[in-house]
Amino acid sequence: MKNIPISALIGLFFTGLYFLTALLAPWIAPYGMGEIVGDVWEPSSSEYLLGTDSIGRDLLSRMIYGGRTTIFIATAATILSFVTGSVLGFLAAVVGGWIDQVLSRFVDLMMSIPTLIFALVVLSVTPVTIPMLILVMGLLDATRVYRLARAVAVDINVMDYVEAAKLRGEGRGWIIFREILPNALSPLVAELGLRFIFMVLFLSTLSFLGLGVQPPEADWGGIVKENKEGIVYGIPAAIVPAVAIATLAISVNLVADWVLNRTTSLKGGRGG
Amino acid sequence: MVNLLSVKDLKIGATVYPPGEKPHDIEIVKGVSFDLEPGMVLGLIGESGAGKSTIGLSAMAYGRGGVKITGGEVWLNDRDILKGGVRGLRALRGAEVTYVAQSAAAAFNPAKKLMEQIVEATLEHGRASRSEAEARAVELFRKLGLPNPETFGERYPHQVSGGQLQRAMTALALCPQPDLVIFDEPTTALDVTTQIDVLSAIKEAIRDTGVAALYITHDLAVVAQVSDHIMVLRHGEMVEYGTTDHIINTPQEEYTQALVSVRSIEHEEKAPAGDPLLKVDGVTARYRGTNFDVLKNINVELYQGQTLALVGESGSGKSTMARAITGLLEPTQGSIHFAGRTLSHYLANRSKEDLRELQMIYQMADVAMNPRQTVGTIIGRPLEFYFGLTGAEKRKRIIELLDEIELGEGFMDRYPAELSGGQKQRVCIARALAAKPKLIICDEVTSALDPLVADGILKLLLNLQKIENVAYLFITHDIATVRAIADSIAVMYQGNVVRYGQKSQVLSPPFDDYTDLLLSSVPEMELGWLERVVSSRKMVSAGN
Repeated sequence: MKNIPISALIGLFFTGLYFLTALLAPWIAPYGMGEIVGDVWEPSSSEYLLGTDSIGRDLLSRMIYGGRTTIFIATAATILSFVTGSVLGFLAAVVGGWIDQVLSRFVDLMMSIPTLIFALVVLSVTPVTIPMLILVMGLLDATRVYRLARAVAVDINVMDYVEAAKLRGEGRGWIIFREILPNALSPLVAELGLRFIFMVLFLSTLSFLGLGVQPPEADWGGIVKENKEGIVYGIPAAIVPAVAIATLAISVNLVADWVLNRTTSLKGGRGG
Repeated sequence: MVNLLSVKDLKIGATVYPPGEKPHDIEIVKGVSFDLEPGMVLGLIGESGAGKSTIGLSAMAYGRGGVKITGGEVWLNDRDILKGGVRGLRALRGAEVTYVAQSAAAAFNPAKKLMEQIVEATLEHGRASRSEAEARAVELFRKLGLPNPETFGERYPHQVSGGQLQRAMTALALCPQPDLVIFDEPTTALDVTTQIDVLSAIKEAIRDTGVAALYITHDLAVVAQVSDHIMVLRHGEMVEYGTTDHIINTPQEEYTQALVSVRSIEHEEKAPAGDPLLKVDGVTARYRGTNFDVLKNINVELYQGQTLALVGESGSGKSTMARAITGLLEPTQGSIHFAGRTLSHYLANRSKEDLRELQMIYQMADVAMNPRQTVGTIIGRPLEFYFGLTGAEKRKRIIELLDEIELGEGFMDRYPAELSGGQKQRVCIARALAAKPKLIICDEVTSALDPLVADGILKLLLNLQKIENVAYLFITHDIATVRAIADSIAVMYQGNVVRYGQKSQVLSPPFDDYTDLLLSSVPEMELGWLERVVSSRKMVSAGN
């Protein structure tokens, strides 16, 4: 762990910062989420560090609470997609036969529909609540995780130690969770970081289009939407959340890259 | 006579990255010197990790992976090639020195025709025009005994057999008319019956072209057939150097003596007694989705506490037989009786008792153990699974098993990656023993190991058989192993058992043609063996 490259350190620092801010939002934010405290689009001052937004709410407070929403939904959806995707993927690889066929063809079908359009259709007929958002995003993304998990598990499933476990008479639970999962973990963990970024971008897109987090609650994508008119007048209020999305995505990516390098390197990681 | 190649006090190092530790440098080759005269063949021999390939490759100033030449001199044609710089090396490699890799299948580009690849280096270095190079290649094909030498080069790598591909690689190396060829285990990946053809082709080609060669292998019997001098290496140091005759017949060092006398375990065969433990009755099997029988009406029997060896080349169906017996492949006909019961063809329908009493040990111990589990977990799981042992009781039994396989308690918390090849195989044996089986299927368990280590494993297996009265179904292609361990033998060829009976009976004449080929193909620690065998064979291998 000693030789962490500088890029990963930067990534870890910013990722940690964002997550901490999200956790401690109520204590850090100077004002409330929906509290109108000043004029429309006030420039930054000592009172309002990032200025105010389109209806006079403190932008910094809104950014902090919005970050909390963004990170919470993205994390929950990522966990959901990983649990369903990898369990089903492993199951398909281990059981094979028609279960594999049915699951894989269903996933192919889902993946053939553009995710964004699919999500927009579903969210326009169901009530847009946070659990619903998590569910839709998580399940749509689970198809990607399924593909990766299945591909990795198919390789591991033909190893002699899995065969030895089958010959011993072990059940599927043991084979999936004790033989395959520990060996599939490193590619999955690396993928976890990438999927999280996609979740953040996906959620921001949905909110920007008005089908994500609903007002007065807002995530970063929603804040961009609220303040987008300001760009015309040279107001930076829409740029701030955009920068936040970008830095979070890049820093998580840097960490994910490092994890991937570490675990797939021939020289370290795996052997131990 | 002036030396072609002269290696002086060669030192080679590499940086290792042990998990959880700081990367540090180790020395792989610790000051090795030797000379090679034009037209002579030097055999480099040693177990894995001895540095033999590394030394061989240093003759073209190349270090594989992170390996660096850290000291010494390598003189070739009166130049120190380590000081030649990149330009000098480029002129050298593929022209003055060429290389034959172990796996020709992985070394050829599958998308290009053989001829194109064989003449490539020759043209690149401008050592001949295209038509000259191609004529030379065809001549080499002829010399190497390849079929249809005129059109052989028109084929793609996947269209020729493994043995032919290895010879094509030899043609590739000889085409630029180099002064020195490095052969890196050129026959190790081949069947014994194929190996002998490649070996004699290589030997003839070396003699006809007058090229010098470094021949790297772990098999002393093989190197004895082709080389003029032999250098025995261990842990990056020279153990002994001398003429082939001297090394084979009057080795001085203890290690060399051990290498020469390896495979000399003698095993007194036991006569069948009582009811057979395993009875394979008319079993025919094919893989799903194919219409070709891999096993054809197999009938064999194995008795309690004895060993049945299944012998044959790759593709003969011997591993398929193991899969049928363990239930991984359902036979289409016939039945398998085990310990007085009839085994279900389907793994899922077999009782826990059936599974427990029939254990398996694999060829590649590295992939037969979960790399994320400790030795204790690996051995402990069958104890827990079959006998419900937990806690102190389980621990006690694990330690007993570790003692039985001569490793001891200290290995309990190690991961497979921290074990050597032989130790890994021992852990696999312990895992099988933990189930207290009546029969253990051993699938080529020694073929991935160095000869001395393999010897140790065979002795352990024999010893355990005496203590535990367990039967072995021993799958191998190596007759020497069979001699050492079997009570009865079944020789398999293209899915049939062509010869079956007690060991003494199977291994004594008169032989059928295939058994004769198989027996005569096993390299013997004896000068001139190759010539004698090649001239007296009745048939050639199916894989050729």
